Amino acid sequence: MRPTGLLLLLIGWMLMTSCSQGVDRSRGVYMLLDTSGTYTAELKKAQTIINYLLGTLQPGDTLAVGRIDTGSFSEKDIVAKVRFDPRPSVANNQKRSFQQTIEQFVTTVRGSNYTDISGGLLQAVEYLNEAGAGQKYILIFSDLQEELAKGHVRDVPFQLSGFNVIALNVTKLRDDIRDPRKYLDRVEKWRGKTEKGGANWRVINDLERLESIFAH
Amino acid sequence: MAHILSITPIPLLSGILWLVLLLLAMYFARKPFHRSMASFGRIIYNAMRLAASSVKLAEKRLQLRNQEVLMTAGLELAERKVEREFDRISDAVRRDLEGYPKVQRMLSEDLLKLEEDYQKSAEIPQTLPDWVKVIDAIANIKPTGDRMVVNMLEEIHQTLNEQHKAAVERHRRDVAERHGILSRTLPFWRNVKKTLSGVEKAISNLNQRSKKIDRYMDNYEKTLNQSETAARQLSSSSLTQFFISGVVLAVAVVGAMINFNLVALPMSEMVGGNSYIGNFKTSDVAGMFIVSMEIVLGFFVMDALRITRLFSIIGSMEDNKRKTIFWVLFIFLFILACVESSLAFMRDRIAADMEALRQSLAGMDTSQTVTSNIPTYGQMIMGFILPFILTFVAIPFESFISSSRTVLGLLAAFALRIIAFVLRLLGNLGFYISRLIINAYDLVIVPALWLEGVIIQKRSQTKDIEDSRDQTDREARERRRRTENNAQQKEAIE
Repeated sequence: MRPTGLLLLLIGWMLMTSCSQGVDRSRGVYMLLDTSGTYTAELKKAQTIINYLLGTLQPGDTLAVGRIDTGSFSEKDIVAKVRFDPRPSVANNQKRSFQQTIEQFVTTVRGSNYTDISGGLLQAVEYLNEAGAGQKYILIFSDLQEELAKGHVRDVPFQLSGFNVIALNVTKLRDDIRDPRKYLDRVEKWRGKTEKGGANWRVINDLERLESIFAH
Repeated sequence: MAHILSITPIPLLSGILWLVLLLLAMYFARKPFHRSMASFGRIIYNAMRLAASSVKLAEKRLQLRNQEVLMTAGLELAERKVEREFDRISDAVRRDLEGYPKVQRMLSEDLLKLEEDYQKSAEIPQTLPDWVKVIDAIANIKPTGDRMVVNMLEEIHQTLNEQHKAAVERHRRDVAERHGILSRTLPFWRNVKKTLSGVEKAISNLNQRSKKIDRYMDNYEKTLNQSETAARQLSSSSLTQFFISGVVLAVAVVGAMINFNLVALPMSEMVGGNSYIGNFKTSDVAGMFIVSMEIVLGFFVMDALRITRLFSIIGSMEDNKRKTIFWVLFIFLFILACVESSLAFMRDRIAADMEALRQSLAGMDTSQTVTSNIPTYGQMIMGFILPFILTFVAIPFESFISSSRTVLGLLAAFALRIIAFVLRLLGNLGFYISRLIINAYDLVIVPALWLEGVIIQKRSQTKDIEDSRDQTDREARERRRRTENNAQQKEAIE
């Protein structure tokens, strides 16, 4: 076979494979940081996770970090957000800037009185839907103990179809040690809520296995 | 099953009954079964033999075609060699014989000078005057004691001495001059020798080339006559070429992959790192495209240089056009090499930046990192050189393609031979299996056959007895007839 033939074959193959184009491979990650009470002390660990995400995410991907406080369903609670530029060099600079923002946030954050996880989740869903990422991940860095302020209504069904909701570092509370059922119930409650909304729920407590965040 | 065995109250009896019925049915169906099985066996046998002979025919055709291809390739190779030798001879003749008039003129000039010098040196210097006799004569004069004679003799002696000195001086000068002429001829002789040895060298070179051409022509004739030796040589040469070029191509593929890795990352700076064509990143496809372009340009360059003949249209162009195309392609290749070199530089920078970011994210101190420009230069040089190295892929590629035709042909012929063998084997198996089935069938109905044998034997015995009775009767009748005849004859005689 002559080289032209090979070239035509290559072009044909490329055209054929390009027919399957249309799958959005970009990833959108929204990380919720629990800043309530004693959990603020865990934020250093969250910073490690964010650094891992910055090292793993590619140009074209989206990353946002939001805080969970008294009323989390608000754009003001988004600590940092970025859509990485397609050019790797620009994306690297964006990552550096993002890292600095998070560093600053972790050192200056103050604990909130209440924990509005549902509000944060709703905010994350809204943001990621707007970002239009192909694969959506919501990382909840919290002990999953929700405490709503008086007057906050969060009895809203979640629309989480196509979302991966991953709870990270779900720490055991003092009551959980006495009665593990409370911990299990708490985790199960969030599993039920998210899976009812169509999400894929996972819990990762071992922060040495962060690569399993993006492993299906 | 139970239903079958319940035709009589005793299942065993039912079974035996069924068996007897089955044997009976099989016995009656024996001949048609034999015929049908034999026909089936023959059908398989004939069909397989037909298919095998057809495959064999196809194999023969393929072998002929293979030989044609092999011979054509061999002829082309021989033509190419002869053509190259003729080109070399042409160059040698142009180089050596173009200067032949000059050589001839030099030789003539040298010879003319040599002749002149020879003639000059042929002038024999004047010999010394024949004064010895005069001196002897004067010396023989007896002294008379006459003063006048003494004076005269002294005068003569003095004059002779002076003239002798002058003559010797002149003779020496003449001889020295002659030696000078002779020594001046030495460079001319050397020149002549050098020129002649140059001519000899050129002629011996031509002689060697002509012998080489003779050898190539012999090979060409052998190939043209499709001799067995030529076919064997070409076939073995093709196989060797196939494997060697395969190995070289594998190395080239590794080189292309390294080249690809040099350009893929920086291409994402140009086309973006998040777009895809099919399942592949656009930047990867773009990198692969650049490497492919370099290889294709290499093919064209090699064709333009007439080193390969992948595109006959390039090789058959006029020399001027071909040269123009070569330079255009070379410029493109050079530009691509420069682009790749700069991409390699960019890749190094991006990789360093990524590494710094990674270290920063991991909480490591980046200020301690030792930086050196050597890897950058190395990558840039590699990026520049690899496109030119990949140009030479055209040579093993051409060998691989041309030899793979022969190798594939040989493999296909071998496969056809195997298929023909398998078909024949299947035909024979089918035939003998049908025979085996017939015999097994007979084995199953052995009781019926045995019964048939017994009946036939009995029948034949009865028939034999009847036959022997008939025979005895016939003999008795004959004897009786003869006796009667004898009696009648006796009566007649009496």
